[in-house]
Amino acid sequence: MSATHAANRVYHLPEEPHHPEGHSTYLGFWLYLMSDCLIFAILFATYAVVGGNYAAGPSPKDLFDLELVALNTAMLLLSSITYGFAMLEMVRGRKKATLGWLGVTGLFGLAFLCIEIYEFAHLIHLGATPQRSAFLSAFFTLVGTHGLHVMFGIIWLVTLMVQVGMHGLTAANQRRLMCLSLFWHFLDIIWIGVFTFVYLMGVL
Amino acid sequence: MCAAKNSAAKAHEHHHDDAAHGTLRGYLIGFFLAVNLTIVPFWLVMARPLDGVFDSHIPVAIILVVFAILQIIVHMVYFLHMHPRSEGGWTLMALFFTLILVIIVMSGSMWVMYHLHSNMMPSHDMSKMDATGESWIPSQQPFPAVGAVSGTVPVVE
Repeated sequence: MSATHAANRVYHLPEEPHHPEGHSTYLGFWLYLMSDCLIFAILFATYAVVGGNYAAGPSPKDLFDLELVALNTAMLLLSSITYGFAMLEMVRGRKKATLGWLGVTGLFGLAFLCIEIYEFAHLIHLGATPQRSAFLSAFFTLVGTHGLHVMFGIIWLVTLMVQVGMHGLTAANQRRLMCLSLFWHFLDIIWIGVFTFVYLMGVL
Repeated sequence: MCAAKNSAAKAHEHHHDDAAHGTLRGYLIGFFLAVNLTIVPFWLVMARPLDGVFDSHIPVAIILVVFAILQIIVHMVYFLHMHPRSEGGWTLMALFFTLILVIIVMSGSMWVMYHLHSNMMPSHDMSKMDATGESWIPSQQPFPAVGAVSGTVPVVE
């Protein structure tokens, strides 16, 4: 009798529970952002440890132009609020307004990137290259990684604008826009750390 | 606003209480707070109003950190629309876990590396060692002889 009982045993659910498409995207994307947060934590820790090793080279006080950094911060903050407006229009179901605000967000992001590339080019022109000192290696790695994230964010934004333009504000596109919104605001949060710890404290 | 919420819920078709998109008012409040929390630190460093008040830069640095933390909280609440119950609390759990790891990584590496740094400092003075011609191993303390029980000091004739 016990043998027949064992034979009837099943080790999987008789019926798979129904998972709607994208039901776990939000949590999964959040976990990705948290792991990205750890990457930046390691880069911040590296900068904190070796950021004072100038190797008789230039220090933050010699290099950083705070007016440029303030302009950069303004660009990123403005792009955050315009992305918020895009999300509000998305909720209202207005495709054109959503695309318009996404375009404005992309332009602010592009302006941020251009200012950062200008800053890097200026530093390299001065001889403050990543191989000059441990401080500059850590600086370029930290700020450059953030810049790369912004660049991929812009590529993603343009991709989604094409998607929304072709297919409209479908449920899948709304989900994608929400993930990019998390990513975009997350980058702004990382930038708060960058301008506080690297730029402001470096010049202090 | 209620209609907007309903249409959003319809578009998502499922129980997406996590997908809080915020309101115009929320975004504007967040933006206003973030702008102020950005301008004040930049002003403190660029105009240096507190240089005559404090002798060292440490108080200003602490103020900068406090403003950064406040602004991060503002961004999380008004832009990321975080609330404790989204995804059944899992996003908050993941955030706390990440914060613990970040604190361990940051404070741990700074603590260890600064101690290492201060311990290494005397060895930078290499000139003295060259002058006396002595190696860094104290010559009075020989290595234990072969077969000596560990922990006992070997007697050297």
